[in-house]
Amino acid sequence: MGDKTMTAEEAVSRLESGMTLGIGGWGSRRKPMALVRALLRSDVRDLTVVSYGGPEVGMLAAAGRLRKLVTAFVTLDSIPLEPHYRAARERGAFELAEIDEAMFMWGLRAAANRLPFLPVRAGLGSDVMRINPGLRTVTSPYEDGETFVAMPALRLDAALVHVNRADRLGNGQYLGPDPYFDDLFCAAAESAYLSCERVVDTAELAKTGGPQSLLVKRHRVTGVVEAPGGAHFTSCAPDHDRDEAFQKLYATTPWPEFSARFLAGDEAAYRAAVAAWREEGA
Amino acid sequence: MSGTALNGTDLGGATRAEYCVVACADAWRGAGEILASPMGVIPSVGARLAKWTFAPDLLLTDGEATLIGLDGTVEGWLPYRQHLELVASGRRHVMMGASQIDRFGNQNISCVGDWERPRRQLLGVRGAPVNTLNNPTSYWIPRHSRRVFVERVDVVCGVGYDRAAGARHHRLPRVVSDLGVFDFETPDRSMRLASVHPGVTVEQVREATGFELTVAAEVPPTREPTPAELRLIREVVDPGGARAREVGA
Repeated sequence: MGDKTMTAEEAVSRLESGMTLGIGGWGSRRKPMALVRALLRSDVRDLTVVSYGGPEVGMLAAAGRLRKLVTAFVTLDSIPLEPHYRAARERGAFELAEIDEAMFMWGLRAAANRLPFLPVRAGLGSDVMRINPGLRTVTSPYEDGETFVAMPALRLDAALVHVNRADRLGNGQYLGPDPYFDDLFCAAAESAYLSCERVVDTAELAKTGGPQSLLVKRHRVTGVVEAPGGAHFTSCAPDHDRDEAFQKLYATTPWPEFSARFLAGDEAAYRAAVAAWREEGA
Repeated sequence: MSGTALNGTDLGGATRAEYCVVACADAWRGAGEILASPMGVIPSVGARLAKWTFAPDLLLTDGEATLIGLDGTVEGWLPYRQHLELVASGRRHVMMGASQIDRFGNQNISCVGDWERPRRQLLGVRGAPVNTLNNPTSYWIPRHSRRVFVERVDVVCGVGYDRAAGARHHRLPRVVSDLGVFDFETPDRSMRLASVHPGVTVEQVREATGFELTVAAEVPPTREPTPAELRLIREVVDPGGARAREVGA
């Protein structure tokens, strides 16, 4: 059993342009932002991103790293519409595969189960079928004969997720109220990079939260990155809430300006820039 | 006693927002032990009012992963993955928003303009496709206008009656706007004006609607909140008056 700890830079160095990346979390909640920031510092591009989208999508779109996005929505939650994503989409900056939330989940489940597709009662009658002309339907072979969408597996080259705690082996624990779909992202991926608020000894994991809080299992994880505040500015309950003031700054600052001020340096520089900004407001 | 409760609350004159609250609440009347999923302030106040009064068995969430009672008591866990399963089971009645809605109840929250290159990117289809094929779906529109009530929606997210092909679990019980209540109780399942809120004329509704509505010769007014309901809304469910920020007087 190997020690899988690595830096965010090491994790990102294993990603390649053109890959399909699944990004965990939901909207502006528990997004692996430290990994995304490291990705933005790399020269990886032409990405297909599969995500219940939040600010990571806005950032990758604004930075021109997206070739294609697979999503059901992109939102900052307390700010309903993601401005940088919207701007990029309105200028036609990337391809979009827009699918329903449940279709998305079944696509991940299909990939995790090594199935080509799973049937889902969603999409029929809606424009999801028109805007994704590759989607096919399947008819129940049983008496009901109902028609379903055959949601194709969302296979991922790599998954990026952020959790509250992890051990060096890659066991990941969430302590907030919702697992989102992080375990499924990892299971649907060839390799998975798990950032966490804190790396702890394996024995520590069972002391906080029951075994059911051990969401991600080590056999699915390639790298563990200790990244305190690694979800900032999205929420990472119960370790920290969303940084609403900073999110507002992000949403109202032109991308080149935001990027130059906060994303030009490494993660330590990011934290210092955020602290300096907070000082200004104090 | 008719106008004033014992504790002195002024019960005179329900506001437009309060008519909207009871019109939304009524969507969950008789729903039984299912999840009420309200989106927007007034549907949220309505769902809680319904649970306080005529629909006590409703399940409510805190907006995150927890099922809670009216006093905030935690009674269950409902993370997104289980929420999607609950949708599939049909044991939920969602009241969604709509950036656009047409006469058959097709709803759009994805984008305005051509989907390939939208004029305005909105939220995305979210769960509207799965909702409308699996559990009853109503809509709440706080500002009724021709921009929202359109002849044709740009992207069909929530599925309307003309596109559902009689799907076995498809049902759109009602649409509530700041002007009135609408349903699809017509032979071709197109939208009908079921009631107008007091102070609103039928002509005003027609004027603000971008398609031909079915309107009966006599359109009833939206029902009055009872004194008990008004007291609950004002003192218990929404004492901060959030409803008035969504729909003004």
